[in-house]
Amino acid sequence: MAILVVAAHDGKTVRANVANAVAAASQMGSDVHVLVAGSNAGDAAKSAAAIQGVAKVLQAEDAAYGNWLAEDIAPLVVKLAPNYSHIVMAADSVGKNIAPRVAALLDVAQVSEAIQVVSPDTFVRPIYAGNAMATVQSSDKIKVVTIRPTNFKAVVGSGSAAIEQIGGTGGSGLSSFVGAELSKSERPELTSAKIVISGGRGLASGENFKMLEKLADVMGAGLGASRAAVDAGYVPNDYQVGQTGKVVAPDLYIAIGISGAIQHLAGMKDSKTIVAINKDEEAPIFQVADYGIVGDLFQIVPELTAAVEKK
Amino acid sequence: MKVLVAVKRVIDYNVKIRVKADNTGVETANVKMSMNPFDEIAVEEALRMKEKGLATEVIAFSAGPVQCQETIRTALAMGADRGVLVQTDAELQPLAVAKLLKAVVDKEQPGLVIVGKQAIDDDSNQTGQMLAALLGWSQGTFANKLNFADGWAEVKREVDGGLENIKIKLPAVITTDLRLCEPRYASLPNIMKAKKKPIEVLAPDALGVDVAPRIKTLKVEEPPKRKAGIKVKTVAELVDKLRNEAGVI
Repeated sequence: MAILVVAAHDGKTVRANVANAVAAASQMGSDVHVLVAGSNAGDAAKSAAAIQGVAKVLQAEDAAYGNWLAEDIAPLVVKLAPNYSHIVMAADSVGKNIAPRVAALLDVAQVSEAIQVVSPDTFVRPIYAGNAMATVQSSDKIKVVTIRPTNFKAVVGSGSAAIEQIGGTGGSGLSSFVGAELSKSERPELTSAKIVISGGRGLASGENFKMLEKLADVMGAGLGASRAAVDAGYVPNDYQVGQTGKVVAPDLYIAIGISGAIQHLAGMKDSKTIVAINKDEEAPIFQVADYGIVGDLFQIVPELTAAVEKK
Repeated sequence: MKVLVAVKRVIDYNVKIRVKADNTGVETANVKMSMNPFDEIAVEEALRMKEKGLATEVIAFSAGPVQCQETIRTALAMGADRGVLVQTDAELQPLAVAKLLKAVVDKEQPGLVIVGKQAIDDDSNQTGQMLAALLGWSQGTFANKLNFADGWAEVKREVDGGLENIKIKLPAVITTDLRLCEPRYASLPNIMKAKKKPIEVLAPDALGVDVAPRIKTLKVEEPPKRKAGIKVKTVAELVDKLRNEAGVI
């Protein structure tokens, strides 16, 4: 049976993590379909059709689908579900919101944040903030799975899947979108950036994050933060890297003034190379860092910025 | 309106967990247990609603072994009015908990259910959304701020790109994110008072709910360990290593 990947998109293109979800779905079965629901989602559907490994795109047009409200999207997925063995979503804020609603309506369990597909019914997923790995087997007929995008490499290449128009299911009237307060940034998005620079409580103020912005711009990096820095109000919530924030796995992760609480490590320890800058040489972050510098970040960061700028 | 909050008993967030030697799970014997931190936020938000006159009664729900009474007592000591425990020694997965919650919601008829967005043991992030689905209610997940007006809740949600505002029809299920509010500590007099507050104990069978697990845990293992690397003395040395050894810049 085929597998349905439910794609989030911005109206123009599907999110980058849809390619990761398709890669994960391809390990569960061979016939991968992508659902693109929206109002005026034609361009997004085309971008889904161009992902390597996609056999068919289902485009569902409905005014109710414009803002990804779970109450309106879930019934559409449930209607399509009997044709599929698996429903797959990326474990981002859209997937986490919608997938469990779909699973409960189908009376099936959900496997959350799979990081490995062992077989079509068996998955590995982190528990306890990544301090243990559970191998779990689902006995449900339809398997609802969210996947952690950083653990599934998008398949290289491009496709040209057919796009099939399907009808919408209308609005539920239960919820409506009012508006968004999105962080404006020219920097790469955290979860797909090749380099991520994160600041912690050691920065001591939001003002001091400007120093990290400069370094990030010089390196072409995304900017993140520890929970402590977000809770202290230095930066907005969407900067948070960790168990309950974003999970990142860039080629280079630079942790600045971050002690390395377990819940932060859970969000970045799959990075290829980790650098830690901290004044406390006993800080747990050094236990996972490939390169560490013990010292005052207010001296080291400008020095590093200058050194990278010089090339 | 009545507000129902769900509280889960989990290994305390300060405990460094150990995987059992036979790889069947995580060691829970003689380990400090506490209320799931996201559920503390749920209790706090419900109490603030009551203090503002938006809620008439706060009911704390839990499901699991008899020791979950302690978790409910913690919620009662914070200020919840009474407790409901669905007592069972069976393994409970999110879908089963959502069904138990639905059965209690059908009985109690609250106008709002608030739960933590995820439990820090299984990290599933499912129960609230599943409950909303089973009830046919709206859901306000990852809530950062709540307001109520004319039978609707305005929910500010923490999403990937920042914050999002939605309006959801009541009754509804809310799941809490970290910055919704800061949970209070229970005072000693309130801890004493909580001992006298009632906790109703129910059985899954009596509620007509089949809690049999749908997902089988085949094994639980330690994650691959990352080795500590080296300390460098200067920024120049760091840049050299990143450029020529790691090849990442």
